[in-house]
Amino acid sequence: MAKKMEAPKMFKPKMGKKELELLGKLTNALAVSGDEQEIRQIVMDELEGFADEMRVDHLGNVLVTKLGKGKKRLRVMVAAHMDEVGFMLIKDEGKGIFEFRTVGGIDPRQLVGKQVIVGRDHVPGIIGAKAIHLTTPQERKQVLPVTQLRIDLGPGGSTKAKPGDRATFATELQVLGPTLCAKALDNRLGVYNLIQLVKNAPENIDLLAAFTVQEEVGLRGAKVAAFSFNPDIGIAIDSTPAFDLPDYHGEENTQYRTHLDGGPAIYVMDGATIADRRLVDWLVDTAKAENIPWQFRQPAPGGTDAGAIHRVREGVPSVSVSVPGRYAHSAAGMARIDDELNTLKLLHAALARLDEKILLRQE
Amino acid sequence: MTFELIPFLKDMLSAPGLSGYERPIRDIISRAWEPLSDELSLSNLGSLLALKRGEGPEPRPTVMIAVHMDAIGLMVTAIEDGFLRFTQVGGVDPRILPGQPVIVHASNSEPKDLPALVVMPPAQLLPKEAGTGPLAQAYLLVDTGLRAKDVEKLVRVGDIISFASKPEELAGDTIAGHTLDNRASVAAATVALEMLQKRRHQWDVVADATVQEEVGVIGGLLDPIKIKPDLAIVVDVTFATGPGGSGSTNFELGGGISMNWGANVHPALYKALEETAKDCEIPIYKEFSPSMSGTDAYGIQVAEEGISVVEIGIPLRYMHTPVEQVAIKDIQRAGRLMAEFITNLPLDFMNTVKWE
Amino acid sequence: MAEKKKDNLLELIKRLVETPGPSGQEHQIRAAVREEIEGYADEIRTDALGNLIVRVGSKKAGGMRVMVSAHIDEIGLMVTHIDEKGFARFLSIGGVSPLTCLGNRVLFMDGTRGVIGMESIEPGTMPTLDKMYIDTGATSAKDCPVQVGDVCGFERPFLDMGKRLVAKSMDDRIAAAIAIEAMKLVKKTSPNEIYFVFSVQEEVGIRGATTAAYGVNPEVGIAVDVTGVGDTPKGFKLNVELGNGPAIKVRDSSFIADPRVVQWMVNEAKAQKLPYQMEVLTFGGTDGRAIQMTREGVPAGCLSIGSRYIHTPSEMVDRADVENSIKLLAGLLNNKIELGEL
Repeated sequence: MAKKMEAPKMFKPKMGKKELELLGKLTNALAVSGDEQEIRQIVMDELEGFADEMRVDHLGNVLVTKLGKGKKRLRVMVAAHMDEVGFMLIKDEGKGIFEFRTVGGIDPRQLVGKQVIVGRDHVPGIIGAKAIHLTTPQERKQVLPVTQLRIDLGPGGSTKAKPGDRATFATELQVLGPTLCAKALDNRLGVYNLIQLVKNAPENIDLLAAFTVQEEVGLRGAKVAAFSFNPDIGIAIDSTPAFDLPDYHGEENTQYRTHLDGGPAIYVMDGATIADRRLVDWLVDTAKAENIPWQFRQPAPGGTDAGAIHRVREGVPSVSVSVPGRYAHSAAGMARIDDELNTLKLLHAALARLDEKILLRQE
Repeated sequence: MTFELIPFLKDMLSAPGLSGYERPIRDIISRAWEPLSDELSLSNLGSLLALKRGEGPEPRPTVMIAVHMDAIGLMVTAIEDGFLRFTQVGGVDPRILPGQPVIVHASNSEPKDLPALVVMPPAQLLPKEAGTGPLAQAYLLVDTGLRAKDVEKLVRVGDIISFASKPEELAGDTIAGHTLDNRASVAAATVALEMLQKRRHQWDVVADATVQEEVGVIGGLLDPIKIKPDLAIVVDVTFATGPGGSGSTNFELGGGISMNWGANVHPALYKALEETAKDCEIPIYKEFSPSMSGTDAYGIQVAEEGISVVEIGIPLRYMHTPVEQVAIKDIQRAGRLMAEFITNLPLDFMNTVKWE
Repeated sequence: MAEKKKDNLLELIKRLVETPGPSGQEHQIRAAVREEIEGYADEIRTDALGNLIVRVGSKKAGGMRVMVSAHIDEIGLMVTHIDEKGFARFLSIGGVSPLTCLGNRVLFMDGTRGVIGMESIEPGTMPTLDKMYIDTGATSAKDCPVQVGDVCGFERPFLDMGKRLVAKSMDDRIAAAIAIEAMKLVKKTSPNEIYFVFSVQEEVGIRGATTAAYGVNPEVGIAVDVTGVGDTPKGFKLNVELGNGPAIKVRDSSFIADPRVVQWMVNEAKAQKLPYQMEVLTFGGTDGRAIQMTREGVPAGCLSIGSRYIHTPSEMVDRADVENSIKLLAGLLNNKIELGEL
């Protein structure tokens, strides 16, 4: 007779009202690199009572430990960066007009004519441009540099914000059919997924969840978080660009990076990391076994927190998994709900089948 | 008075100390810091660490004051007919080089220092693509005035070349010279150490004259791992208004010091230091470095498990030229601000440093 | 007898340069190196990133813990997409120039071969990698034997020209050969504990040596790597020339070699009456940077071997330089290390 075994806890992620509410809270929050407080607070509130340990380090990373049960548990660090690209006000020119600079990689062509929110109070503002009537055809061929743009809070706005305050796009989360449309899906999807993983942590591992800061300005939070955790394995979870748009000449698009509806994007190599092949295989095998759609993110430049994690101390075998998303680092991006859920499903299933044998294969 | 600010500064401004070759400047700083500290030591790469113990019970928290001491300059890449080709160490605008007096620190010469000039070969000896605009560094040469056979004997590829301009006091209590970036800050740290002699403080203080900041904040990345500070104050120079500097990122020379606000500093520390400045009536400019500071703070913050950092800037004109200019008053302000802050640091201060 | 030894050196170099191992795919070359050194090591381990770390000797009075690093990865290509007709698009691993790609043959880790072709481009313009593809002989995406993420290196046999030796990945297998030969010359009397690190992922940003050095925690370190030379027609304006001896690095764009280490190397070369040349490189980087940046900082330098045509499939070094580098390195490791004053 087969030994009676406890049925494994089924984990079936869904995107219901409660989940959308949390995701909306995350994407609508303002947390530009260097000032991640709003997300930090949401994360700590959400995970209150779920963790064995939760602390904030000197850079503002939230480090959450969720211990498993049993012997020989792998210490698995899963990192999701909390920060987003955005702006910092640097000079009050009076009457609510502020000079600003970008933080992280933003194409200046994405700025003109956008609504923004500024500071902890989310003071509304706009980035305007000269009326078309007043511009010359020559001028209209020039990209407006950030140094010439201003954030306008309206007359009297100078009392509502000050230089040093951060700002971001004012976009709020919407659901467009099968698609999530929001700012900062890079990387609030990762933050969302990591929150869910902590809440539903598999017991075969020690889950070391790092909600990191300053990823967009050089993977800085993950570096110190990984040093603190000193894990056996590192996994960065993020959102990665999908350039799955048509080629102008109608030719085959060979540089799509990822496709929406393609499932979680597993990294082989980016500009910062060559993924550990054992971990790549583990993710692919899990996806195949669980019938979860998956895709390789095309090897290409760019980087995730894994770039910092794998170089810490004596080295940490690392890999990245991302939710594909269009139009990252702009006012509004798009990702498929299915890709998001499948990413979470894959991560959970993969973690649940992880044991120390994975690192025995000599690579 | 164990040290006098202006003579000390002039001493420093007369000394070489290129990134990786800081010994001459370190010897000068070492003499100034020795009587002001309890213990001097060196890091593995040559940073000078001066420990001044606090009065708190052990284990005491430690505050690190990081001021880089290295200088930008040039390095010999080849010897051609007695002339030296060179590359740069740190960021040097080649437009400032033609006609510049320099010192070649020749490996095989005794004494080692050879005075020399950076020279511009005439157009007919240069390829067409050199053009009539500013000459690229690759076309410039250094002439020691010595004969080719002697140069071959004395100079070795890899020898360093430093600026030779002498320090000069100018009107309005300002001083000019090469490498005020960042010896102005070393002077400020010295002012702080001096002031702390007559005060009581709970925390240990480690003043760190760091190496190789100009080539990638090397000391900033490494030294905190040795010092293991609880918090770090970085002092470096920042851009003053003046010819060539008038935007919203420049501050008046002698008008006050700046404090950096951005991703590399802990906002709660910023506020604490700002509070001290207010109490002491030290004028502060808020300087914005949204993404990265470009100073040792950038390195210190991410050492091992991460370190809370705050950064002070001393306004300076003509950065990375041999005639940098700083107001003495600003150096004193930076020094005094640190001394006041450290004097008032309670033992449990780090518990009050919160992210919010 | 001397003649036989030379043959051994050539055979070692040939084996090392002909084994594929682009960054991240170093298992075959690591196994090859391991076989070569097994009899000479006191301890061998592979770390989390795949660095092969070999200890020889243990620390005795007056000795130091020394790290010698030679990277075993090479530049290569990774498949990014298989198009409808079965052509494999690719991305470079490390610094691959489009100029060296066209018509070249590549070898995948599983033995699959391919040739590099290119879309037609405007006459007179520079080719770019995204206009190129690997043709594996497939007739459609379906029968293409490679997939996204697969890795290949350039395929080119070793060429012995007598004085000069030519191969792909002389960068940095020649250094691996020098380290292996120097290891064989380490004497029991050496007071030093020597860690020979055959490092991975140098070509993509000096990654392997970073974690290896953290683990070894050396007191002094030397990278061994190739460097550019200035002895070709209208080439780089560099001081180093083939055949003028091992090059002692003063700096490159990644680090300033520790002046104490530089002087230690110069003194050893002089003591052995070996030819040597000083190197100031205005570009490039080596494992020396990683060693220097370890923990609280480590005095580090680099022994360079002048090489022509670096990062092409025909990298050329001078045989005498190689032999002198072996002698220099062995001498450095066998004696008590005197680092001068800081």
